[in-house]
Amino acid sequence: MAEYATRLEESIRAARQKKDLLLMTHIVLGYPDFDSSARVVEDMVEAGVDLMELQIPFSEPMADGPVILKANAEALKSGATVERSFEMAEWLTQRFDIPFLFMTYYNILFCQGIDKFVSRCQSIGIQGCIVPDLPPAEGQDYLDAMRAARLAPVHIFTPNSTPQRMQFLDQNSEGFIYSVARKGVTGKETSFTDDLADYLSTCRENTSLPLAVGFGVKSREDIEFLTGKADIAVIGSETIRVLETEGVEGVRPFIDALVA
Amino acid sequence: MRNSGYYSQFGGAFIPEILVSTFDELESAYLEARDDPSFWQEYVELMSTYSCRATPITRLDNLSDELGGANIYVKREDLNHTGAHKANNVMGQGLLTRRMGKKRVIAETGAGQHGVATATMAAKFGFDCTIYMGAHDVARQRPNVFWMEQMGATVVAVSDGSQTLKDAINEAFRDWVTNMDDTHYVLGTACGPHPFPEMVSWFQSIIGTEAREQMLERTGVLPKRVYACVGGGSNAMGLFSGFFDDDAVELIGVEAGGRGKGSGQHAARLAYDDATIGVAQGYKTFFLQNMDGQMQDTHSVSAGLDYVGVSPILSHLHETKRVRFEAATDEEVVAAMQRTVRREGLIPALESSHAFAQAFREAPEMSNEDNILINMSGRADKDIFTVADAVHDPKWREFIIDKAAAYRREMSNG
Ligand SMILES: Cc1ncc(COP(=O)(O)O)c(C=O)c1O
Repeated sequence: MAEYATRLEESIRAARQKKDLLLMTHIVLGYPDFDSSARVVEDMVEAGVDLMELQIPFSEPMADGPVILKANAEALKSGATVERSFEMAEWLTQRFDIPFLFMTYYNILFCQGIDKFVSRCQSIGIQGCIVPDLPPAEGQDYLDAMRAARLAPVHIFTPNSTPQRMQFLDQNSEGFIYSVARKGVTGKETSFTDDLADYLSTCRENTSLPLAVGFGVKSREDIEFLTGKADIAVIGSETIRVLETEGVEGVRPFIDALVA
Repeated sequence: MRNSGYYSQFGGAFIPEILVSTFDELESAYLEARDDPSFWQEYVELMSTYSCRATPITRLDNLSDELGGANIYVKREDLNHTGAHKANNVMGQGLLTRRMGKKRVIAETGAGQHGVATATMAAKFGFDCTIYMGAHDVARQRPNVFWMEQMGATVVAVSDGSQTLKDAINEAFRDWVTNMDDTHYVLGTACGPHPFPEMVSWFQSIIGTEAREQMLERTGVLPKRVYACVGGGSNAMGLFSGFFDDDAVELIGVEAGGRGKGSGQHAARLAYDDATIGVAQGYKTFFLQNMDGQMQDTHSVSAGLDYVGVSPILSHLHETKRVRFEAATDEEVVAAMQRTVRREGLIPALESSHAFAQAFREAPEMSNEDNILINMSGRADKDIFTVADAVHDPKWREFIIDKAAAYRREMSNG
């Protein structure tokens, strides 16, 4: 963690004063189309979601499982572009008073030009980025640009990370740390057990940034398990699955049931 | 921060955090093996007893006469066990897997040659094996799928994206991020995150080392030009590496021109000017992608060259102009293959036939004092369905219809 606190970190800490565990959700921009994405975000914010990850679709989402993979492909098929994703994100940040982050793969940034991508994030009010295929060793330009813009580059802790690796990632991160609850890709089962609790306490020991936990979080019990062990619970694939099976209308009841 | 294998601006290791320790482990195992002369000895011993190393070089007597100009020699990687150069890389990584104490291997495959080679290696070493293959490729390469399954491998048809090689690679990575503890991913070409491009090229360098010596022994001089087809770039890297220090030897990589320049239906990343620099599948290179960085669909008559990216080492050698890149179209490739079959009795794979097509184009302009060398990366048995269609063989069609009718009768008789 660096000498300054980002706006993202400050708003997370402020929200945590009022709530034991924050909720972050994930949507794929343009899935199933841009109008639906907008309605889903609106429902989520009204249901009390505290922050959101907006995924800019990519044709090769290597770290994502079948549900998000399919959402990426469908979004692209129905015409999603990086330009439209930016426009949509700007509309969202102006309309809703919660922090929004971009999640996407490095090629999207690289093809836009890293400086251009980051300064555009800054000007439209995006507060941080998660780029799962960009380890700090490959991302010096990105880290420099994010820091200069006072935005939060968020990195990922995994059950394979040694304490030394966690500290290294922590030094290169702002905003919060995204800790994945298990190996594998998004959208598979996770068992919420003592092992997970031990791992989360190792994560906690190696960063002073707020801690988000994701991969496989989908029920009220999972949320209860995480309360006291993390600052943010991340619901990723499950909202997209709900969207897929029940349509936009299904999202609100799903979130309501989680936070009730 | 470690040096993650860059060749000027190309390469790197753009990997999800979960795989960082796995790549560290792989890199140290690879570097240790490279420093240990007994490892390479064991490798050569294995390749000369289980496969057919050293593979010979063959002079194309009839075609050298017919085309006039240069004397044409062929490096016979088709004589490897499983019928392609892929075996070199796979057996090497098999030895490494055993060193790392892993019990399961996974691989992607396009043409199916790398899948068959990996399934073979797994059967020999006693590893569990899962092969990821684009659904489109499963449909066009059934004979290879058949053999993989016979050897005990599980073949997973990948129906995401373009259903070809790149999608199989993504799916193999998705398996690996879950099962890295007991599983090694045997990447089949000189692409992907470091150390794969370098490591695969090292195993394949056995081709170039042999070929250089053989040409000197056979002709007394080095070949003037050396040709290899380029999918991901492993057979090309393997052959070319034998001649990198010989400035007078021109190296020519031949990509899949598909339906031709300007058609948008090809896989020529370096020979045509449609590709731009990007980062996908864990490495930085030239990709056939749109302005946003979304990968485009590619096309080639040969599944093994039908790929959006190319070895970062070859992108580097393209920029330094050490390697010249050309493309051959589907039509030229099928013609070159038929000609080689008819006049020489050799059956080059559709992939390899790209190199033949380009060499046949250039040989007549050269002097009959000059020698050229083509890498015959594999044989075409696997391509029998595709080739039979391409040459419109009516008897083959009849055979398939009769065979299908017989199966149908068998099934309806219970
Ligand atoms: C016979 C043969 N040649 C060439 C290739 C292309 O791969 P590379 O460029 O890595 O040699 C393949 C790939 O499947 C192949 O089967």
